[in-house]
Amino acid sequence: MVGIKEMVVVSGKGGTGKTSIAGALSFLFRNKVVADCDVDAANLHMILRLDEVLATKEFFGGKKAKIDPERCTDCGKCRDVCLYDAVSEDFVIDTVSCEGCGACYFLCPAGAVDFDERLSGYCYVCSTEDNGRFIFAEMLPGEENSGKLVTMVRNEAREEAKKAGNELILIDGPPGIGCPVISSLTGTHLAVIVTEPTPTGAHDLKRIVELTKHFQIRTAVAVNKSDINASYVREAQQFCKDNGLVYLGEIPYEPKITEAQKEAKTILDIAPDCVASGAIRGIHAKLQSILEEL
Amino acid sequence: MSKMQYAYDKDMKMMQDRNIAFASGKGGTGKTTIAVNLAYFLSYSRQQVQYLDCDVEEPNGHIFLKPKIDKSRPANVLVPAIDKDKCTSCGECSAHCQFNALVTLPKGVLLFPELCHGCGLCIHICPERAIRDGDREVGLIEEGTAAGDIDFIHGVLNVGEPMAVPLIQEVKRHYREHYIRIIDAPPGTSCPVVKTISDADVVVMVTEPTPFGLHDLKIAVSMAKSMGKPIGVVINRQNGEFPPLDAYLSKNDLPVIMALPEDREIARHYSMGKIFLKELPGYIDRFMELAFNIGRLAGIRKETRQVKEW
Ligand code: SF4
Ligand code: SF4
Ligand code: SF4
Ligand code: SF4
Repeated sequence: MVGIKEMVVVSGKGGTGKTSIAGALSFLFRNKVVADCDVDAANLHMILRLDEVLATKEFFGGKKAKIDPERCTDCGKCRDVCLYDAVSEDFVIDTVSCEGCGACYFLCPAGAVDFDERLSGYCYVCSTEDNGRFIFAEMLPGEENSGKLVTMVRNEAREEAKKAGNELILIDGPPGIGCPVISSLTGTHLAVIVTEPTPTGAHDLKRIVELTKHFQIRTAVAVNKSDINASYVREAQQFCKDNGLVYLGEIPYEPKITEAQKEAKTILDIAPDCVASGAIRGIHAKLQSILEEL
Repeated sequence: MSKMQYAYDKDMKMMQDRNIAFASGKGGTGKTTIAVNLAYFLSYSRQQVQYLDCDVEEPNGHIFLKPKIDKSRPANVLVPAIDKDKCTSCGECSAHCQFNALVTLPKGVLLFPELCHGCGLCIHICPERAIRDGDREVGLIEEGTAAGDIDFIHGVLNVGEPMAVPLIQEVKRHYREHYIRIIDAPPGTSCPVVKTISDADVVVMVTEPTPFGLHDLKIAVSMAKSMGKPIGVVINRQNGEFPPLDAYLSKNDLPVIMALPEDREIARHYSMGKIFLKELPGYIDRFMELAFNIGRLAGIRKETRQVKEW
């Protein structure tokens, strides 16, 4: 392998077990940095063995406008130009609705609008017990611009990988197909989709594959909780065949995965011999060889 | 008519025009399942109900409700249309755009539509009046009727399109008067969720009793609290004890308004894309309780009904 490879685990739909599988995979890969890009609901740190937080960085997601009533002449211009209905009749800006576009700030004739950066979250660089690096972030609740925070996490991860000479960045991506997912996928080398054999799983698999195709990212698919519905498993296999995706295999439903979570461990720690653990090791081996080919 | 039925009808009448948002910190907790089953229950018990799917990135409600779509149209957002002949490449527009959607080159201005938030600032800023408002399609709005007479509407975001919020706002423009409105919010706590629940009267948080579930519930609750919303918690897939969740809920005075057990039958109907309440009528009482409890949270009644533990 030349250079740093980035591999991202995504799911489209939430709740497919993506994070549990990403956590287990992170134990199997060597010489890597792990990044949790699910910045709205970061969970991976709960099952990795973290040593300490090496650095905490502030994240500024964007600006918000605020009107100073002292300077405001009640002319109404800001209400006319704001397309997000963020300015009330008595000229108070609702921070939830404010998109931070700056129209009121630039166009207010009285210069009555302040427009400042807001602290919207934190990004943490941590060391793990096996002396690797783990980056995760937290959005302050209700704040915006998670896509930008994802980019920050990925940049930090690249820095750490460069410093340590690691070959792989393993990214746990956010659910969905929107702005933070796009930020997690762009420029990665391999997307691993963890899906489940249900109608919603199948529906969301198709949508996320459209996205990875759009960005021309090599894509591999694993079916989690594969014993729920055999016909959807076959559908996923066929779908991979038809679309030139790598089919990684199935992981059966394993109640011990939840148990492992309750003990802040991965399934490989608490039940290394169960079928699910075996399947995850098999998937790891396949991913390893795909990464080597890239 | 039984006393219970009478009380129910009276409460539900008062629920008209209320917005009930279904949220969850974590994806896959069963938020959509609970939302569509409640919509089905309300409609089945002769209430006027509207189901609005604001999870525009992964709209899934239609898979279960199977609506007959009778209106479908593209949703557009504003995007600048630049008149090359008038543009002098002065660079004012790109210097002001907060989202880096414009780049001024010697030969004119280049627009990156996926970055544009459609705020219109550049139109005001351009000294040559070279910019007008144009349209860009971000997704699809579909309307129809489901499961008898549920008024159904959802937004489907175009793949590769990051601007979920304008589409959500478009969905919400379709509120129907005198209906109980069930709003399926996206998972998480980011901008689209905040915009979805901004006008909710009650936020129902659907969680599962696991460490991941609890962690994400906490974040989602603090978001909804910071917006001053009444919150009720639905515990899905309850299976044995999970004391940290109980401790958190009681410490924060969060009422549990419904609990559903881990039930293979529910999972099976779900995996076939069915409304489980139709197949498992034993759960009807749960949804009756849920409806009452939501009513209480919306301020139309004082006492909570005791929720059965599993
Ligand atoms: S544009 Fe400026 S002066 Fe006019 S109402 Fe708004 S804040 Fe006040
Ligand atoms: S910054 Fe933009 S969105 Fe915010 S209040 Fe001003 S005009 Fe409205
Ligand atoms: S409309 Fe707003 S976001 Fe779009 S290019 Fe113009 S200034 Fe930038
Ligand atoms: S502000 Fe107007 S004239 Fe100046 S570069 Fe932009 S479009 Fe051209």
